[in-house]
Amino acid sequence: MPKLVVKNLRKLFGTFEAVKDVGFQVEEKETLCLLGPSGCGKTTTLRIIAGLEVPTSGEILVDGVLVNDVPPQKRQIGLVFQDYAIFPHLSVFENIAYGLRVRKMPEAQLRTKVHDTASLIGVDNILDVPGKKLGLSEMQRVAIGRSIALDPKLLLLDEPLSNIDAKAREKMRAELGKLQKEIGIATVYVTHDQLEAMTLADRIAVMRDGLIEQIGTTSQIYDSPRTLFVANFIGSPSMNLIDCELVQNEERAILKSRDFALDITELAERVRGESKARELILGIRPEDVSVDVRKTDPEAMQSEVQLVEPIGARSIYHLKIGRLTVLAKVYAMPELEVGSKVWISFNKEKLHLFDKKTQEAIL
Amino acid sequence: MVTLRLVNISKKAGQRQILKNVSLEVTDKELFAIAGPPGAGKTTLLKIIAGLVPPDEGEVYIGDQMVNTVPPGDREVGMVFEVPPIYPNRTGFQNIAFPLEIKKIDGDEIRERVEEVAKLLQITHLLERKPATYSGGELQRVALARVLVRKPRMLLLDEPLKNLDAKIRETTRVELKRLQRESGITMVFSTHDQVEATAVGDRIGVINEGVIEQIGAPEELYSFPKSVFVGRFIGSPTMNLAECAVKQLDDRWVLEALGFNLDMTTRAYEIKSEAMTQELLLGLRPEDIILLDSPENSGCFEGRVELTQNFGDERVVTIRVGEVSLNCLTGKERVFRYDQKVYVKFKEEKVHVFLRDTGMALGRSTN
Repeated sequence: MPKLVVKNLRKLFGTFEAVKDVGFQVEEKETLCLLGPSGCGKTTTLRIIAGLEVPTSGEILVDGVLVNDVPPQKRQIGLVFQDYAIFPHLSVFENIAYGLRVRKMPEAQLRTKVHDTASLIGVDNILDVPGKKLGLSEMQRVAIGRSIALDPKLLLLDEPLSNIDAKAREKMRAELGKLQKEIGIATVYVTHDQLEAMTLADRIAVMRDGLIEQIGTTSQIYDSPRTLFVANFIGSPSMNLIDCELVQNEERAILKSRDFALDITELAERVRGESKARELILGIRPEDVSVDVRKTDPEAMQSEVQLVEPIGARSIYHLKIGRLTVLAKVYAMPELEVGSKVWISFNKEKLHLFDKKTQEAIL
Repeated sequence: MVTLRLVNISKKAGQRQILKNVSLEVTDKELFAIAGPPGAGKTTLLKIIAGLVPPDEGEVYIGDQMVNTVPPGDREVGMVFEVPPIYPNRTGFQNIAFPLEIKKIDGDEIRERVEEVAKLLQITHLLERKPATYSGGELQRVALARVLVRKPRMLLLDEPLKNLDAKIRETTRVELKRLQRESGITMVFSTHDQVEATAVGDRIGVINEGVIEQIGAPEELYSFPKSVFVGRFIGSPTMNLAECAVKQLDDRWVLEALGFNLDMTTRAYEIKSEAMTQELLLGLRPEDIILLDSPENSGCFEGRVELTQNFGDERVVTIRVGEVSLNCLTGKERVFRYDQKVYVKFKEEKVHVFLRDTGMALGRSTN
């Protein structure tokens, strides 16, 4: 039985429909990430699950039990806020014990519970340290510890890493990943940061304008985005998206854009639906664009390096073909200078095609 | 020629040393990044350049002129703050035109200059609209336009991308670089995000606790960090560290780390003999670690998969080797299971060695 079922969830604020028709399930030990830009409805969805907002319609089931009318504190759901809300004057022990004391757990049992929790989350050596002396990563652990001490059926995390600087975030992300594995509680995680979603979630639900556009594993979402929005939102730098049309005769299928033409005959039978004379958008991820100083691929297109972004051991080249700029991600340090003439080709196996009108993937 | 030269700038706030002997040079038309963690002194440094804060010691030169005593308004340096002060009740045009109106510049010229800068920043559509309708990125650009319209000799930007959504930040950073290239203005910007620093900056000054640790081009900082701090700050995933020691075995130089010997004889010139008596740290970039499914005859050791992070096109696999966790970067083709046994090997020519107590790199630097 799934730990959490969300069915046909809708939420209106006045006339604004923040959540339109959202449904998903979270299995035991699974982490599901709600990912989307600000205003997509992800936080509202989380707050409804926690019981902090009342849905306009729809159902929330925890362990198979409908909880719509159950008050938040009785739902057995742990909620960890963005700022962690650690009590600065209380010790780590008392912070973790807080919810247990509210529930009037007997002292002996409480001590055991706090110690067990603390050792699970790796803070058993700092139980006497006051909240105000904790580092970020310890605060995060204690905040999670305070929630899981209550044995919740479900853990909700609301943008836990969003106020942390980039370098620290990288470390905290990995720590949170390990912690999740150790805790093993079904979790719903809200973020606008795709890296967090991709690395922490078992499955990601990409949201936009109050709806889930696609739900799947990182690989599914990254390799086979179902809509233009998902294709553009996931991946850094974003997928190249180029307006084109498909021109087909008996022998060949050619994708024609303003600035180039690409023979995709070998892919043509995989294109779904009636593709002729439709306005299409070709999608190719920057790492699937190869760059060469010589023309080794007969189909390679000539272009000029416009801008280079060195990022550690990788380079992002901004390449000009006619009036179009294509991004290529190369796993090497920059070797090409601005103004260099280069040949670029697309890895056709990795090509995406979208119908411009429906915004849906057709390849 | 608009160059900037800082000589031994120091600044205290109460007892706290915010900047200590900061010296750097920015050449004409350069895009220079000041990168460091929050609290490193980046904003104070920019304010000293702009003349908004006086240094306790040291000199600021713009071109050949020492400007320590020149008031901010006369330095012809434009500064854009992290939270730009934009008037909510004025249109884009009125906001951008404001500094020119104060200077009592003729109306036709104002219109011409505002339109020119709006075109450069691609915000012509915002000129008649009020700030409440702008996105975060648009607001930043209007603030930038208001500074650029004064035609400053030099532009200072304090964390220009900080308050933007991750996705918008990515496109704005490219716009920033393009804008600098097209306008040819000498630009200094600060950031806590090393990806931004290396992607945008021609050169980067890495600052930590008020001290410049290293100045260089992105590739230089990445390949030849002069200190542990720079090695760990630049690059994502972060450089791995492990304790190590140098030994001389007959005529061979050997680095002992993770219970494993690395033959460093070809790089012996870098490893000064005094290193043998010091405690050392081995620095390994995640992409310089090779993961094997089965052991090779020599030079590899065993570890277990602790965590896998999937970034779409890349995977970061954390491997537990004894007491140490190593982050390794691999392609998307390979799949790793939790607790799977793997064999680890380094690209020996790429390892970094640091002195433990000072954090300084041994040998491996360009100068």
